[in-house]
Amino acid sequence: MLTDIAIIITKIMIVIGGTFTAVAYLILAERKVAGFVQERYGPNRVGIWGLLQPIADGVKTMLKEDITPAKANRIIYHLAPAMVLAPALVTFAVVPFGSGIDAFGRHIAFQIADINIGILFIFAITSIGVYGVVLGGWSSNNKYSLLGGVRSSAQMISYELALGLSVVGILLLTGSLRLNDIVEAQIGMWNVFRQPVAFMIFLVAVFAETNRLPFDLAESEQELIAGYHIEYSGFKYSMFMLGEYSNIITASALIVTLFFGGWTVPFIDVTKLGHLGAFLSVVSFAVKTGFFLFLYLWVRWTLPRFRYDQLMHLGWKILLPLALLNLLFTAAWITYV
Amino acid sequence: MPDLKTEEMVVQMGPQHPATHGVLRLEITTDGEIVKKIDPHIGYLHRCFEKHCEVLNYHQIIPFVDRCDYLAAMNNEHGYVMAVEKLLDIELPPRVEYIRVIMSELNRIASHLVALGTFGLDIGAITPFLFTFRDREKILDLFEMTSGARLLYNYIWIGGVAFDLPNGFVEKCFEFIDYFLPKLKEYDDLLSYNKIFIARTAKVAIIPPAVAIEWGITGPNLRASGVDWDLRRDEPYSIYDKFDWDVIVADGRVGVLGDSWSRYYVRVLEMEQSANIVKQALEGLPSDENVKSAVPRKVKTKEGSVFFRSENPRGELGFYIISDGSDIPHRLKMRSPAFCNLSAISDIGEGLLISDLVALLGSIDIVLGEIDR
Amino acid sequence: MTESLFFIFATMAIVSALTVVVTRNPIYSAVSLVITLFSLAGIFLLLEAYFLAVVQIIIYAGAIMVLFLFVIMLLNPGKEAKFLSLTDPRTLIVTLLSIAFIGMIFSLVSGSVNYIGEVMGSVEELGTTRNIGLTLFTKYLLPFEIASLLLLVALVGAVLMTKRNLR
Repeated sequence: MLTDIAIIITKIMIVIGGTFTAVAYLILAERKVAGFVQERYGPNRVGIWGLLQPIADGVKTMLKEDITPAKANRIIYHLAPAMVLAPALVTFAVVPFGSGIDAFGRHIAFQIADINIGILFIFAITSIGVYGVVLGGWSSNNKYSLLGGVRSSAQMISYELALGLSVVGILLLTGSLRLNDIVEAQIGMWNVFRQPVAFMIFLVAVFAETNRLPFDLAESEQELIAGYHIEYSGFKYSMFMLGEYSNIITASALIVTLFFGGWTVPFIDVTKLGHLGAFLSVVSFAVKTGFFLFLYLWVRWTLPRFRYDQLMHLGWKILLPLALLNLLFTAAWITYV
Repeated sequence: MPDLKTEEMVVQMGPQHPATHGVLRLEITTDGEIVKKIDPHIGYLHRCFEKHCEVLNYHQIIPFVDRCDYLAAMNNEHGYVMAVEKLLDIELPPRVEYIRVIMSELNRIASHLVALGTFGLDIGAITPFLFTFRDREKILDLFEMTSGARLLYNYIWIGGVAFDLPNGFVEKCFEFIDYFLPKLKEYDDLLSYNKIFIARTAKVAIIPPAVAIEWGITGPNLRASGVDWDLRRDEPYSIYDKFDWDVIVADGRVGVLGDSWSRYYVRVLEMEQSANIVKQALEGLPSDENVKSAVPRKVKTKEGSVFFRSENPRGELGFYIISDGSDIPHRLKMRSPAFCNLSAISDIGEGLLISDLVALLGSIDIVLGEIDR
Repeated sequence: MTESLFFIFATMAIVSALTVVVTRNPIYSAVSLVITLFSLAGIFLLLEAYFLAVVQIIIYAGAIMVLFLFVIMLLNPGKEAKFLSLTDPRTLIVTLLSIAFIGMIFSLVSGSVNYIGEVMGSVEELGTTRNIGLTLFTKYLLPFEIASLLLLVALVGAVLMTKRNLR
């Protein structure tokens, strides 16, 4: 019993600590990649290659004045950043990030909670992440932030549909909602080859869900200045940023888990290799996730932004019917072939 | 349910707003995201330019002209000194004319680069901005080499220029042209023909030719509406008639005539033409002469008035000078292109989405320093 | 453990449900309703109806309530009116209905009347995704299809209403 609790607590600490570290360095990577794309250096003053920049940034945001607008709705204004950050951190709980090891006389899965409706859990938690954005935008009592909140709520609901439907094809193939089952079903053949259309829909929808360019309408600088977090400063602002970037990490991890075999390593059965295999599986997962994180940054520094009606058009009139067709086709395939 | 209505909201866009390119304030009435009414408020950068001109002598006005359109200071100087020279009837040495054309066209490229970059930024593309500034930097290096300044040059003087071209300028300038022309393709790849960019700008905020003429829109914005008019060709001044170049008129190739994309793309093509002019001017540059031989020691004008207009990167820049015979203008009126171009937005912008309004404002390419004066 | 969790969720549900009604700020009402839905999802979890709990959050908290908030923010209706006055005839109706409702609950709790009927099967079996799917698409197929048709009609109606210049 005690060992179990200790193991769970250790796993939680590793995942939360890992996410925070990853977020900190993702922000640094964002600036470095931006520098690379734009033919400049990026941060390089704090530590070698700017490696200590995240710490400097963290200290800076904590020391900044925490401003509350005079006519803001105080309770909701203070709660909103937490409402963004908490769901963003919770989602990673069900993502398997390795094959697991045998230690202390039991099998330890590299996953905090192995629940049998894992994928639905993720959708449930991400669907409430929008509250922080919407309420933050409303409670600031600023017209621009209100517009940002309104935009993001409509955007997230629209793209959740396509996002959910694109995954159903995979669920049909796997026959389980458990993420580990989905990963294990991909040994030998990644889902991206079985469901390429679903992958494209999922990728686009996930970019929209995380409010990233070309879908960053909720905070589009040239129209809404900063959108929903326009009035936030100091640590509350950085909580929004932390939430946003941990969402990106979760999204990348989810793409890898659902479509790119999760922790499996191509051509090697890591489950038979013991501790080395477990290590390899974690590395494999990290490398794949890292690639999609890079894709996120790459896209951001290349593409312009959609207009709001174009975004809705893409979501409702292109992605949704496409996802439905893909689902119909998959179902027919399973039933008749 | 007719009584369920969304409230109309008045949004203050600016004076500190990333999309207004300076201190412009647009008071917009919106219904949701649709713009119902635009009320531009200008004057945050008013510096009494025209009043200042009434107490300064003709030489001293040049730095003030610089500061009007600070992105195209050379073009402004060129326009102003040509107006004064018309008043004084000065004959210029040919080398001076060539140097002036080189500088003006280089500055036109630099100004258009800023326009492209910031327009991309308005649409949400961040990287093209950095790319255009990278190239603009090279032009500024050339200006620094010649005049010592990077933004406000005070280089073109009445009857001449401040300094002759320094050693090695011609070579460096050729080098730049060879470097720059291939870069235009890079902008095309990264921005001009990007699907999202086209979706955001083509067929958006259309200014029909008749409306453009009615509002007095000039320059690239007018040519984007399909009106074939360029002062450099149609009312030739300086030595523009000596070069072989084309006036770029939009053909609405991805959208329609007069949309934001046309306004953007006219500038891209114009940069190519300007680079060609610079190249030809460098090739035909007369050998050493004294570039200050015609500079008058003291400006002695006749009584009378003169109006002179020239093609600035933003449109027609006109100077109307009334002289009372002294060395200080009695009255100087500046017809600034961006002011007239901006005035059209309250007409064109109605019924657009906020995002499209940003696209309209970015594509018109305003400089507040010149609007407010 | 389960029991204490149940009481926590139940208290949260009741308090937040009361707040929905009592508070005069529509945004607070909406947020309280979200909390109610969450507490209910928690109770579903305690009953091991994981699917139901998650779907409750995805659909009600994640989609419908967001739309509620969306509309409230866009319309910005301001504070609601005060409580009904005692002389208002509606007060009487509300009081009568409330008394009837409370009476029903008490009779249910005391076990004298059973309005619900026998609960079929054990909760553990019902809660799984598989069983819900099976029951929905076999035993309750007709009601399910009728409900979906109804929703479609509502959807078409909503679209029609937004088209203002329809002949």
